[in-house]
Amino acid sequence: MGKTITIRRGYDIKLKGAAEKNIQDIPLSDVVAVKPPDFSLVVPKMLVEAGDEVLAGQALFFDKNRPDIRIPSPVSGEIAEIVRGEKRRIMEVRIIPDKKLKYQDFKTGSPDKLDRESVIKHLLDSGVWNYIRQRPFSIIANHEDVPKAIFVSCFDSAPLAPDLNFVIESDKENFQTGLHVLQTLAQGNLHVCLQKGSQETLAGLTNQLPDTNKHQISGPHPAGNVGIQIHHILPIQHKNDIVWYVNPQDVLIIGRLFAEGKYRAERLVALTGSSVSKPSYMRMISGQKLASVLDQALNTDHVRVIQGNVLSGKKSSQGDFLSFYVNQLTVIPEGDQPEFLGWLLPGFHKLSLSRTYFSWLSPNRKYNLDTNMHGELRAFVMTGQYDRVLPMNIYPVILLKAILAGDIEKMEALGIYEIAEEDFALCEFVCTSKIPVQNIVTQGLTLAREEG
Amino acid sequence: MKFIRRLVDSVKPHFEKGGKFEKLHPAFEALETFLFVPEATNSDGVHVRDAMDLKRTMITVVIALVPCLLFGMWNVGHQHYLAYGMEMPLMDTFMFGFWKVLPIVIVSYAVGLGAEFVFAVLKGHPVSEGYLVTGLLIPLTLPVTIPLWMVALAAIFCTILGKEIFGGTGMNFMNPALLARAFLFFAFPAFMSGDIWNDLSPEAGHQIIDAYTGATNLVTFDKDYTLLNSVGDMFWGFEKGSIGETSVFACLLGALILIITGVGSWRIIVASFLGAWLMGSLFNVLAPADIPTHAMHTPAYYHWLMGGFAFGAVFMATDPVSAAQTETGKWIYGLLIGIFTVLLRVVNPAYPEAVMLSILLMNVFAPLIDHIVIEQHIKKRLRRA
Repeated sequence: MGKTITIRRGYDIKLKGAAEKNIQDIPLSDVVAVKPPDFSLVVPKMLVEAGDEVLAGQALFFDKNRPDIRIPSPVSGEIAEIVRGEKRRIMEVRIIPDKKLKYQDFKTGSPDKLDRESVIKHLLDSGVWNYIRQRPFSIIANHEDVPKAIFVSCFDSAPLAPDLNFVIESDKENFQTGLHVLQTLAQGNLHVCLQKGSQETLAGLTNQLPDTNKHQISGPHPAGNVGIQIHHILPIQHKNDIVWYVNPQDVLIIGRLFAEGKYRAERLVALTGSSVSKPSYMRMISGQKLASVLDQALNTDHVRVIQGNVLSGKKSSQGDFLSFYVNQLTVIPEGDQPEFLGWLLPGFHKLSLSRTYFSWLSPNRKYNLDTNMHGELRAFVMTGQYDRVLPMNIYPVILLKAILAGDIEKMEALGIYEIAEEDFALCEFVCTSKIPVQNIVTQGLTLAREEG
Repeated sequence: MKFIRRLVDSVKPHFEKGGKFEKLHPAFEALETFLFVPEATNSDGVHVRDAMDLKRTMITVVIALVPCLLFGMWNVGHQHYLAYGMEMPLMDTFMFGFWKVLPIVIVSYAVGLGAEFVFAVLKGHPVSEGYLVTGLLIPLTLPVTIPLWMVALAAIFCTILGKEIFGGTGMNFMNPALLARAFLFFAFPAFMSGDIWNDLSPEAGHQIIDAYTGATNLVTFDKDYTLLNSVGDMFWGFEKGSIGETSVFACLLGALILIITGVGSWRIIVASFLGAWLMGSLFNVLAPADIPTHAMHTPAYYHWLMGGFAFGAVFMATDPVSAAQTETGKWIYGLLIGIFTVLLRVVNPAYPEAVMLSILLMNVFAPLIDHIVIEQHIKKRLRRA
């Protein structure tokens, strides 16, 4: 069972600074932080206070609205500080980690022998549940729902994204265990999406799973986005039509929980971008200080640090901590320099999907893009641009206009439940009028969630 | 460049909030961003952006219009000397047209941009780039004999009633340049039709030749299509007409630029040509057999070559703001433009320049076409469930 899907619309932005396939172990930083804003919709209620000792895997806070959602500590140590922002919103829980980590014991369990209920309980108790997210809305899944499927996209097509085949290779057994857990959870509706042709390790691994739907997908970004894959395989029809999804790196963490009985939040983070001297993979723990990675690694000063990729990642800084779901750090030059008559020049070095700059004559060039807007915000003028990079049966501009008008019925009819910000990121990239597309999508999803 | 930057930076504070000329900020901003792509960076959302912006888009269209403009200048001279039966060297012919056309272009830009700046300052919104193209489209659609004050009036009409009252570039529902032309056409018919297509300013020692006629092909074909200029003349543009519209070849060069750069929709261009051909062919079938010179007998492809059809289909119909926005909608929109153009040309001799009216008509219908396409799309999405 499985489909072969060829994605035609989309675009691969070719950037300089892809990660070399070698792994650096990053020692624990002197302080580690868990950031409640990483978890959308979670209203944190603290379970610990400054001075408390915690074990790795022990819950730090839970969600006021859904008390079963508990966020675990990635390390053992002492709570140093709870950092609050405006309106006393909790921004960070800082922990001074022990030299040698002590783990809370969650007991091992073979996913084959457990039933769905006990798997859910195990995941909730350990806080690993947070890695299971749902569409619509890209939020932490609700364990009381029965989703129609669980999706795992085994490749990331975003610019400079980590090679997930390489990542999984380093921890094959746990991946296998993790998929078994998801299979129990999905009750036969597990969908694994592989990039066509290139991922032998993954193909081998998934072959050992019987009742799994394996799909072969090819094409440019956003082919690797789980939202695009769901759209082509098992489209979401309405608000309560729920699909869960898990990132492969998070499958590893689920696997470890069942195999070792521990919450081990290590992940392989790809450090990428043209401002990084030696782009490579780093084994580090969620919540680790970015300065410990970036201090020696950059080749220029004036940079933009991004948690994630250049399209949908979040702006960050060297003083920040690695966010919960992040597998990639991108560092590119800031582009806050005016350019004399930049819109008139031939532009051999300017990337554009249109052929208005002569760079289209050298299609294989890799670019060193900076963060400049290349223009100013305007009303929608050009048409058909978004459609070229959105491989979905959706009219993007019409949907965005429905969102701006606050017309919920229209939004639903046009497919708001199928999309997430990341799926529309390329539309924002190509936009001539520099419209903040992802912001509008967030607006629409919030509106649809609250009032739809 | 550093010098210009320093100059801009030194006067900038006066135009910022609290500065002496705070109110003129939109005007200053327009000039500053004309000189420099601003330093603004992406903050949330994507971190990198495609290099294309609206200025680049518009300048690309302007470049695509250059062949029409240059040929138009030459043709103005060519038609002039033809009427006097004079043989002139290429450069003299071109320069004659150049000096006739340049004032029209200057007036169009100066007055239109002026109106645009005034509006931007009054309303406090940024000056949009749309007029870069509109300002050149207006002169190219006018006869060379047009009085300059009419050009100015058209430019003001186009900026204010064509665009600004709807909220500026991107909000208008009709093509502003065409609207300006239609305004002149209906307000001053004596200057927009009849024997006005040729600049007949006197040449010392020469008389207008006897065979001279002021009629354009669009008028001729209605009476007897066999009297039309040769296909070659119509294709290359050796005929009378508005300044920029005569050469189908120059329009196709422009179309090539628009399509390669992705700025103009090839669907609309192809669909318009297809629509005109289909309608022309239909008329051929229905044409009265006993009147062999009847306009309905005009070979279908002649409609591509006559009048401003090619210019309209390439540069006017493709305006993304006033055209249909969905890809399916663009096909329907283009086809209907072609169909209506030929229908009006053949059936209603009162409006020989039918392409202008067809495009304006379809501009009005474009939202309806899109609406139908989207309703179908929604129905299809529901059926999937």
